[in-house]
Amino acid sequence: MIRAANLTKHFKVHKRPPGLAAALRSLVHRTYDVVKAVDGVSFTIARGERVGFLGPNGAGKTTTLKVLSGLLHPTSGEVAVEGHVPYRRQAGFLGKITLVMGQKSQLIWDLPPAETYAMNRAVFDVPRAQWNQTLAELTELLELGPLLDKPTRQLSLGERMKCELAAALLHRPTTLFLDEPTIGLDVAMQAAIRDFVRSYNQRHEATVLLTSHYMDDVVALCPRIIVIDQGKLIHDGDLRQLVKTKDPDKRVSFTLPKAIAPDELGKLGTLLAREGQRLTLRVPEREVPAVIGRLLGELKATDLAIEDPPLEDILREMFGKHKTDPPPEPS
Amino acid sequence: MRSAPSRTLRALPTLLQIGVAETVAYRAEFLVWILTTTQPLIMLGLWTSVAREAPFRGYSSPRFVAYFLATLIVRQLTGNWVAWQMSEEVRSGAMAMRLLRPIHPFFAYAASHAAAIPFRSLIALPVAFVLLASSGQSALSTDPVQLVLLVPSLALAWLATFAMLFAIGALAFFLTQAMAIANLYFGLFSLFSGYLMPLDLLPGPIAVAAHWLPFRFMLSAPVELLTKSLDHERLARLLGGQLAWTATLLAIALALWRAGVRRFESVGG
Repeated sequence: MIRAANLTKHFKVHKRPPGLAAALRSLVHRTYDVVKAVDGVSFTIARGERVGFLGPNGAGKTTTLKVLSGLLHPTSGEVAVEGHVPYRRQAGFLGKITLVMGQKSQLIWDLPPAETYAMNRAVFDVPRAQWNQTLAELTELLELGPLLDKPTRQLSLGERMKCELAAALLHRPTTLFLDEPTIGLDVAMQAAIRDFVRSYNQRHEATVLLTSHYMDDVVALCPRIIVIDQGKLIHDGDLRQLVKTKDPDKRVSFTLPKAIAPDELGKLGTLLAREGQRLTLRVPEREVPAVIGRLLGELKATDLAIEDPPLEDILREMFGKHKTDPPPEPS
Repeated sequence: MRSAPSRTLRALPTLLQIGVAETVAYRAEFLVWILTTTQPLIMLGLWTSVAREAPFRGYSSPRFVAYFLATLIVRQLTGNWVAWQMSEEVRSGAMAMRLLRPIHPFFAYAASHAAAIPFRSLIALPVAFVLLASSGQSALSTDPVQLVLLVPSLALAWLATFAMLFAIGALAFFLTQAMAIANLYFGLFSLFSGYLMPLDLLPGPIAVAAHWLPFRFMLSAPVELLTKSLDHERLARLLGGQLAWTATLLAIALALWRAGVRRFESVGG
């Protein structure tokens, strides 16, 4: 279980105007800004939940994950993860959590992943039998077989990410903080990682808190999302409910055998995209059955698809409403 | 979960094994590092030419040979590059991953660097043989007490050097250019440790400073055990000084680490 109450994390950031004079002045007199990277955020995540943690760049997502994993000391507020105060980084706590950062590696660069795994087994004090079983399970699920003995530096990005995930999970943590775990990966690899995370969550009843700029990751994995912007929590709840509340209209796409008059089209819905004879309309949910009936019957439409509005659009609209200048987030 | 000391002890053999694998993997870096620690050979050439005609302040040519070959051996066995490694890990963010492992990084780094010692012995042992063959017993200590004490003295020199460089590495939490401090350290080390010349040859006030500063105990102390004949009182002072400075440097290193991690926790990394 994860609990954050009124969590804040402020950073003092050195500020100086450009130019030589300002650089020299800053040697003797420095001015600082206080950046509120996380500003009074509260939430509770139950054991076994999969939660998407969303926000624009600099919203405070990574900072929050670092506080929850014990790397950062909160400025104020209370945080508890699996009954531990994270920043104390007690061995019992570290054995229960893991942090995967898509842009940072824990694998030893010049050695094969198997060596990092052996090191993690030793430092996490994992019993040999359990380690063998977990490694076999991860090797099968992530198809690591041929990668284990290849130096990390010779792995492709996707291969390395799979090995990173295995390194992060060999001690069988029950809370997973995943920060952009699919960044830079191709679509097939993204899907493989998503499947794996879901499977691990179900097998071990693990809690997953995921940040990702790929909305497909979030839609596929997270029934619940927490959205923050400029360090403040702006939404916490069911993903589908958010979509319904923010934009209840459906996207209806279809291909017509012949052109249709604009006024006729206007009666069906609002045109969002046109590519040749393929059209996408925005249609209020209650009107969808009637519109579908007309499209299939009278207009002989083919390749019909009905979808929820893209999460990206909804989030863009939400962030837009809160936007001034986003605070920089330490990398 | 087991207690921290018990977990650390159980993890050490694996960490040493990984350290060996890393040493072998970083072949080019390892070779370059070995070459950078061959400065005593240059000093050997310089000082033996000074003493070619007549002994220089009590140092004959064979005595200089013995001194600098002993210096090379001790440096090979006790040197490490942990400050550079830590600074790079803080800069790249890899330190965050290290902090999420339930083992104190001091032990993890120490195991990794200790694992390189047998490989450096590959250089040190042939040099030791050359030392024995070229200088013979005339310039080397034959006192069995001194030779026995050489082992703990080398261990203390290694630990003191490691603690000093670990402390400098921990400065990377505070300074973006911690390696400038490492360069300053190396300048002081070269002068006050006996790396450039025997400490007996330093001029008055510098010799006094060298006597009290920690650098002597990181290099010169084992070299003195190898190349001088020391009475029991001097032996006790030498080993006592090594113990005291090693303990002090360890305390400083761990205090700087704690303060550095606190800063890392407050400003991010």
